Amino acid sequence: MKAFEVMDEKITGTEKTDEVSIILEVKNLDFYYGDHQALKNINMNIKRNRVTAIIGPSGCGKSTILRCINRMNDLIKNTRVEGEILFEGKNIYQKDVDPVQLRRYIGMVFQNPNPFPKSIFENVVYGPKMHGIRNREMLQKICMESLIRAALWDEVKDRLHKSALSLSGGQQQRLCIARAIAVEPEIILMDEPASSLDPIATNRIEDLIFELKSRYTVVIVTHNMQQAARIGDYTAFFLNGELIEYEETDSIFVNPKNEKTADYLRGKFG
Amino acid sequence: MNGISRGDINCIQKNIYNRYSNIRIEKIKGKIFIFLCIVATLLGVISLVTLLVYVFWDATAWLNLEFLTNPPSRFPERAGIYPMLVGSIFLIPMVALYSIPLGVGAAIYLEEYARDSLIKRIIEINIANLAGVPSIVYGLLGLGFFVAALGMIHGTLIVGSLTLALRVLPIVIVSSQEAIASVPISHRFASFALGVRKWHMIRTVVLPEAIPGIMTGTILALASAMGETAPLIMIGAATTIFTAPRGILSSFSALPLQIFAWSDFPHREFQHGVAPATIVVLLLILLAMNGLAIFIRLKFSRKEH
Repeated sequence: MKAFEVMDEKITGTEKTDEVSIILEVKNLDFYYGDHQALKNINMNIKRNRVTAIIGPSGCGKSTILRCINRMNDLIKNTRVEGEILFEGKNIYQKDVDPVQLRRYIGMVFQNPNPFPKSIFENVVYGPKMHGIRNREMLQKICMESLIRAALWDEVKDRLHKSALSLSGGQQQRLCIARAIAVEPEIILMDEPASSLDPIATNRIEDLIFELKSRYTVVIVTHNMQQAARIGDYTAFFLNGELIEYEETDSIFVNPKNEKTADYLRGKFG
Repeated sequence: MNGISRGDINCIQKNIYNRYSNIRIEKIKGKIFIFLCIVATLLGVISLVTLLVYVFWDATAWLNLEFLTNPPSRFPERAGIYPMLVGSIFLIPMVALYSIPLGVGAAIYLEEYARDSLIKRIIEINIANLAGVPSIVYGLLGLGFFVAALGMIHGTLIVGSLTLALRVLPIVIVSSQEAIASVPISHRFASFALGVRKWHMIRTVVLPEAIPGIMTGTILALASAMGETAPLIMIGAATTIFTAPRGILSSFSALPLQIFAWSDFPHREFQHGVAPATIVVLLLILLAMNGLAIFIRLKFSRKEH
């Protein structure tokens, strides 16, 4: 696991340079559900400490590519991957890579908030505990930091030991983000994280994502184009399993190069 | 009224009328249905209440502390149930000890690990069918396996509890499977996405959430095992015994066996006094166990909200 050892020397405080390094390279990726090819020859580079938004109509493969990145697709039966995804230069589909280990570095936030029916504190420290941290003070520190970074601390600091299910939907989703960042991942994958939330809660999540990119790389799938335009540094447009266009957000929204992208952005389909 | 002719309007009116009359018939049908459901419920409740009143009426005069602490006797006024009471109470933790680890383990394997194959489906169908096999067959199995094949002594507490554990095992497996399957898949994914290994995930997410369901199902299964008579007769448990079992290798008897024995006694006092009093004690034990199951369910569901 050489690649992972290198990652352990955590990059704290991002150096703002013009050159943005690449954290993840998707190379000639094909993905099949049984006989159905869901992704066709995808090539894209994800930049470190940036928000990459993936848009496209339902069934275009945008969630599938997300689940390829942390190998959650391994859990779905009858699926097949071809091609490579290089994470910090190492192919995550290589035989000696342990998907469980990989997911520790590439976290995920799901469409519907899914906190465990445990206390707020237990939810946040679940990952660190599983990875062997037993020291109570340490766990409390991690809990506090994660909740602060997830912009939830002020709302829950007086009731850390109350059930997470007592929180509102938006708070639950921020708790899930806190739970994901408590294990200090490199990349956070978000699968339509705000689609079940009201506009105010959505706003808070978007602000949070903007804050998060100073420490993490965020890849977010969204069916909301305005959301992609607001928070994405880069935007990828998927259609029928193909990557149609992948550019800086400003350029793709203002001046799409591909006709299909332009049609989608104008609301012609999808 | 562009484009709609007079004929069309007639047609629409007719439809409205038909629908209205249908609603009246549907309403009457609905009322008949509710009535039938209430009758079905009442029939069950009434027969149960009659039975209980009848049993309690006969039992009250005989229920006292001596009845609980005396050994059985030929004379109804001296008869007690102490050895059988101890036997029945010993059986509960022993059956639980054997059936819970085996049942929950099998349920975890079937729900979390076994691939969805023909073999898995055959196993599941068989387990469901085993739950319906007459309990006397389990008695035969216990006699054949534990006594004849393994050479254990017949009529001992250990053979009795192992046999009853086999009897409840299918029920424990099925109810544990249901409890495990009801844990949302999104919670499993949340755990996996944090880089957690499968067995850790099962231990920290699936089991804690499934335990209330597993416990209620298991306690109800144990309660039904407490009422079993036939398998205990098959493995050679005594119907009447005068000393309480001292250990797992002692011979024993249980409350239902004694009820069976007393109901056969010629004295009226046994049939209409001592046996009903024993039934009441057995029912109270079962009631306490069912109460515990309800308590566990309520306690855990309250914690979640």
